Amino acid sequence: MPNIIVLVKQVPDTNAKIVVTGDRVDLSSVKMVMSPYDEFAVETALQHREAAGGEVTAVTVGGAGAEKILKDAKAIGVDHIVRIDADDEMDSNALQTLIAKAVGELGGEVVYCGKSAADTGAGSTGPGVAERMGWASVSNIIGAGFDGGLSVTMPSGGGNAKVSVPLPAVISCDKGGFKVRKPNVKGIMQAKRASVEVHSIEAPASTVSIVSHALPPAKPAGKSYEGGAAAAEVAKLLRDEANIL
Amino acid sequence: MTQTIVIAEMSNNTVHASTAELVSAAIALGGEPTLVVPCTEAAQADGAANMGAANILAAKSAAFSHYDASGWAAALDAVAPQGTVITGASPQSKDLAARLAARRGVSVIQDAIAIQGNNITSPVYSGKAMQTVSATGPVVVSVRSNVFAAAQGGASEASVVDTDGNVATSVQEFMARASERLDVAEANIIISGGRGMGSPDNFSHLEAIADTIGAAVGASRAAVDTWEAIPHSMQVGQTGKTVNPNLYIAVGISGAIQHLAGMRSSKYIVAINKDADAPIFQHADYGIVATWEEALPVLHESLKGMMG
Ligand SMILES: Cc1cc2nc3c(=O)[nH]c(=O)nc-3n(C[C@H](O)[C@H](O)[C@H](O)COP(=O)(O)OP(=O)(O)OC[C@H]3O[C@@H](n4cnc5c(N)ncnc54)[C@H](O)[C@@H]3O)c2cc1C
Ligand SMILES: Nc1ncnc2c1ncn2[C@@H]1O[C@H](COP(=O)(O)O)[C@@H](O)[C@H]1O
Repeated sequence: MPNIIVLVKQVPDTNAKIVVTGDRVDLSSVKMVMSPYDEFAVETALQHREAAGGEVTAVTVGGAGAEKILKDAKAIGVDHIVRIDADDEMDSNALQTLIAKAVGELGGEVVYCGKSAADTGAGSTGPGVAERMGWASVSNIIGAGFDGGLSVTMPSGGGNAKVSVPLPAVISCDKGGFKVRKPNVKGIMQAKRASVEVHSIEAPASTVSIVSHALPPAKPAGKSYEGGAAAAEVAKLLRDEANIL
Repeated sequence: MTQTIVIAEMSNNTVHASTAELVSAAIALGGEPTLVVPCTEAAQADGAANMGAANILAAKSAAFSHYDASGWAAALDAVAPQGTVITGASPQSKDLAARLAARRGVSVIQDAIAIQGNNITSPVYSGKAMQTVSATGPVVVSVRSNVFAAAQGGASEASVVDTDGNVATSVQEFMARASERLDVAEANIIISGGRGMGSPDNFSHLEAIADTIGAAVGASRAAVDTWEAIPHSMQVGQTGKTVNPNLYIAVGISGAIQHLAGMRSSKYIVAINKDADAPIFQHADYGIVATWEEALPVLHESLKGMMG
């Protein structure tokens, strides 16, 4: 009966407009949600519990504002919700060290997380936490099976590979074939009453610091044409102006 | 001079050409680049010659026969000198970068698109902003392709070192892709279709053009969700693949923010859409307001003529 941990992170809604004030991103008026791939991680964790028993603990590292997504995870069906109190500007070394300590303290045997967070886009946390714990890891999985131990499907050189993974392990989840479940009324009621366990764990100092944020350079206005016949002109430009073909 | 270590980007047991771009990135960081080639046979490192590195190290191990994060990180850590490490930014290389950084107790910076002195810039918030960071001490940096010019010259002979790493996972079964098509994540040119293609059968028009110009075929999420025949592996965007090709041709795709998240950094974008107000046109270098039924045959004929 595995002790299952799922990592969830709060990020700006992917529809939100990102504003830069001075030289920093300003998220003060942005709606925050659970990072989209983390929903697949929660789903996979719940499927693992259904197949093998055990309990699922959702863990986030962040400020008190991040508790909403823990409640969202609770409403979908995780057993326990834990927040590791932290301010957000940590480098990957500090964050992963913190998460590895938390997983150790919670006695986790398998950790699911998103393939990448919608804000960083990095995909560093899963493999980094695994290495710090000395565990196996598989990233970007698109399917999972739990018969006779964990096996996952991942893209691999021109196809997909089905890979068996010894536990303990950290698995990062892509969208793949997972259909995420929606909370039901009972789940939502339970989530309302649920209390968040808050831990504080010391992290090493960060050595990578943010210098600045900027909006992407505006693209010069492109050329536009009416009617399908213009495709001939565009093909020529691709060769002569863009030097692509 | 400090050392910068470049891990060669491998594809089918050969050194991928983009490795020479990684050497340029290493030079931009100011180090003397050592190129480490993960291989099972030393001859696989031959392709690393004249890619601008000061030294080439063929790291030979059975652990490199299939990708396993912990095995690869251990085997490379054992032979790569200390210093900042540069990798490619394919999904596998980013995974390796993170694992290697953690093994050395340092931070990882993913998807670098610019390096200036100590400052490293990457897209964040799905490309809606750029983040510049600076590091004190060594880090591992993954660098996107098509950003740096390929380095040239330098060492041509590799020294061979044996290494080993414990492989944790094992492949039970390999399922080859149904089609032999190029994957969007690996392609330099991508032609993608959206819901505007009307039916999955009409993707054959995109495939025909892809075959002519050596492109991969991609899709929007609406296309993937609507039609069983369009697999998720083709999806470009925030919950699909992030791509960075030289040319991206979007056909019958509106240009929703989540689609843009996956392809807006493409060097050139062509949009074909019947709606002049479709948001994709704001990002297109060349926009054609027309139905695909009208535009694709003309495009295909012109491209055929040019490719000879
Ligand atoms: C959390 C989240 C994640 C998402 N992730 C992704 C993602 O990864 N990738 C992604 O693509 N989307 C993603 N989406 C969905 C996204 O918001 C859009 O719904 C989707 O991209 C729309 O796809 P489309 O442009 O093909 O379809 P539509 O928006 O329906 O656009 C079809 C277009 O085709 C044009 N058209 C119609 N007929 C023709 C014709 N005959 N010739 C030429 N043009 C024609 C129309 O004018 C229209 O612009 C995500 C959404 C959410 C909420
Ligand atoms: N602060 C955090 N709290 C909890 N989980 C996190 C946090 N940061 C990252 N993760 C997890 O790691 C995944 C990958 O994040 P990243 O490495 O930033 O792309 C996310 O999808 C989450 O599952």
